[in-house]
Amino acid sequence: MDDKPSVLERVVVHLLLVGAVAFALYPVLWVVSLALSQGGLSGTGGVVPLPRAPTLENFRLVLGTTDPDGAWLFGRQLANSIVVSLATAAVGIAVAIPAAYALARFPFVGKEAGVRALLATQMFPTVASAVPLYLLLDKLHMLDSRGGLVLVYAATSVPFAIFQLRGAFSQIPVDLEEAAMVDGATRFQAFVKVTLPAARPAIAVTALFAFMSAWNEFILAATLLSREDAFTLPVVLQRYVGEHDAAWGSFAAGAILVSVPVMALFYVAQRELVSGLTAGGVKG
Amino acid sequence: MSAMTEAAEEREPRAKASVEETPLPASAPRPIRCAARGVKKAFGKTQILKGVDLEIAEGSFAVLVGPSGCGKSTLLRLVAGLEEADEGKLEIAGRDVTRAPPRDRDIAMVFQSYALYPHLSVRDNLAFGLRLKKTPQAEIDKRIDEASQMLGLGHLLDRLPKQLSGGQRQRVAMGRAIVRRPNLFLFDEPLSNLDAALRAEVRVEIRRMHERLGATTLYVTHDQVEAMTLADTLWVLNGGLVEQKGAPLDVYARPRTKFVATFLGSPQMNLAEGKLQKASGGGFVAEGGGMALEVDVERFGAALEDGREVALGVRPHDLRVAQPGESPSLELRVEIVEALGFEAYAYGWAKASGPRVIVRLEAEHARRARPGDVIPLVAPPEHVHLFCQKSGVALDAE
Repeated sequence: MDDKPSVLERVVVHLLLVGAVAFALYPVLWVVSLALSQGGLSGTGGVVPLPRAPTLENFRLVLGTTDPDGAWLFGRQLANSIVVSLATAAVGIAVAIPAAYALARFPFVGKEAGVRALLATQMFPTVASAVPLYLLLDKLHMLDSRGGLVLVYAATSVPFAIFQLRGAFSQIPVDLEEAAMVDGATRFQAFVKVTLPAARPAIAVTALFAFMSAWNEFILAATLLSREDAFTLPVVLQRYVGEHDAAWGSFAAGAILVSVPVMALFYVAQRELVSGLTAGGVKG
Repeated sequence: MSAMTEAAEEREPRAKASVEETPLPASAPRPIRCAARGVKKAFGKTQILKGVDLEIAEGSFAVLVGPSGCGKSTLLRLVAGLEEADEGKLEIAGRDVTRAPPRDRDIAMVFQSYALYPHLSVRDNLAFGLRLKKTPQAEIDKRIDEASQMLGLGHLLDRLPKQLSGGQRQRVAMGRAIVRRPNLFLFDEPLSNLDAALRAEVRVEIRRMHERLGATTLYVTHDQVEAMTLADTLWVLNGGLVEQKGAPLDVYARPRTKFVATFLGSPQMNLAEGKLQKASGGGFVAEGGGMALEVDVERFGAALEDGREVALGVRPHDLRVAQPGESPSLELRVEIVEALGFEAYAYGWAKASGPRVIVRLEAEHARRARPGDVIPLVAPPEHVHLFCQKSGVALDAE
């Protein structure tokens, strides 16, 4: 076969790609169009949904929400989401790193059983624990608080994070740590100065996962939060599509506002996500 | 060139510039002695080291050699402090370090995998150990300068390990050890990831580095060429015990056991089971496997008994084609000839049911030799080795 595709092949491939992209982006276009239209679903239409009279009114509405006292509610809710998600990632990673390292490096009694138990926790959907979690947080007086949500989210993110990081740590050759120890490092220094930096891409990915699962989580947030000023953005969004009335324009604008930070995060982190930092340290 | 001739040639110049005579540069690390006494180590139920004694003289280059699984790497890791001995004692620079962590032993190690820190540039890899010791930056710079000049790393200092070739990584690994100026250099099969040409080059470089720094070195390898060419003292390990130690050429010329005899030398020493027979004139002949080899009576002395069962051995390089009229020690029926250009090896049998015999032929004989030919060969008595059939120990070492 020829190495270079013929013109026809390339045209066909690109048509397919354009089709796939259109297929993927079409719903997004709907959302963007809705967000820029007045009057909800009637404000836009056609096969290619374009706003009849483009306006930023929806964004202004969503961004400008205030509580009865006149404080900036959306800002508070955005801060909730950001703080909760960042803290979830940080706490989850902080707990998972030592656990994953131990599971990757040291033999100890109950290691296999422990791993299986971790795996077992993944079988149950989080909703199944919503009620006990509610009762627990109630007793701890942590309902309607960022701390309570972080506690719950971090706990649910830890098993998966341990799995991810255990794999990453076992990929890092023990030689590297041994070299560091011969070079004069304690085991802890070897871990901090050599293993952690070598595992940076994996840690970044794991943190991003934890961040995103917290950022997107709805059911627990809706269960555990009842005060508007404690809401995270998914709960806020849901409120725009009510039982009797659906503010699709605001919903769409909110959806875009929720997506932007995640997209930005992906953009910033993409170098970490693709880099294979360990490649080349060991062997030729 | 065969392994052994290469070995012999490379040893030549070194004998002249022996370590004791070379004045050490003022900046060189203070050479010390490293010792293992009765060291035992088991992993689970597998006893890897069964009581090893090892001594490395100040400033000397010791090579641990042996087949895989003999415990040589384990012994090195014990010296490094990466494993802990079950029994026995380890000393470095006169200090008991048996239970000391690696960082308290003042050693540097070159790993088989090089183990360069992947996230650090070459410069930072070199500086890593010195920074941990809080060495002043000016001193770090100076040492990196020296080492990179010595190893030709100057243009690579700002690269990451993944941007280096295998040979370059190897040199960085050596540089990382050199800048430390340790009490003891440890090498764990450092050349096994390099191709043959590079291996020869780096081997010479390692020896050169040793000559220059005069640092006490412990080097582990399964490669007999490395072992022969690098070592001041060779330690042959087998089954968790030291089988023989000594200057490489002495060990090669006088293997203490059948194992050492066959482990060193390529192709292997020819061995056959046989018997001693008294010959006319007070001499002895060892007969077996279709060979009748005249024995060096002075070497074996009282161990020679008429009718004693022995293993007899002679290296392929020590057999020569018999002159016309000379009575041959064996007649080799050739099966295959391997011609390497400057020499050749003929494989065959001296007796149909006997063990396979290998002989090194000069190019002129090799050209004429054909499968099926019978070549009369002579084994000079000084090159005939005898071992006890039961214990495998050389008769002159019993």
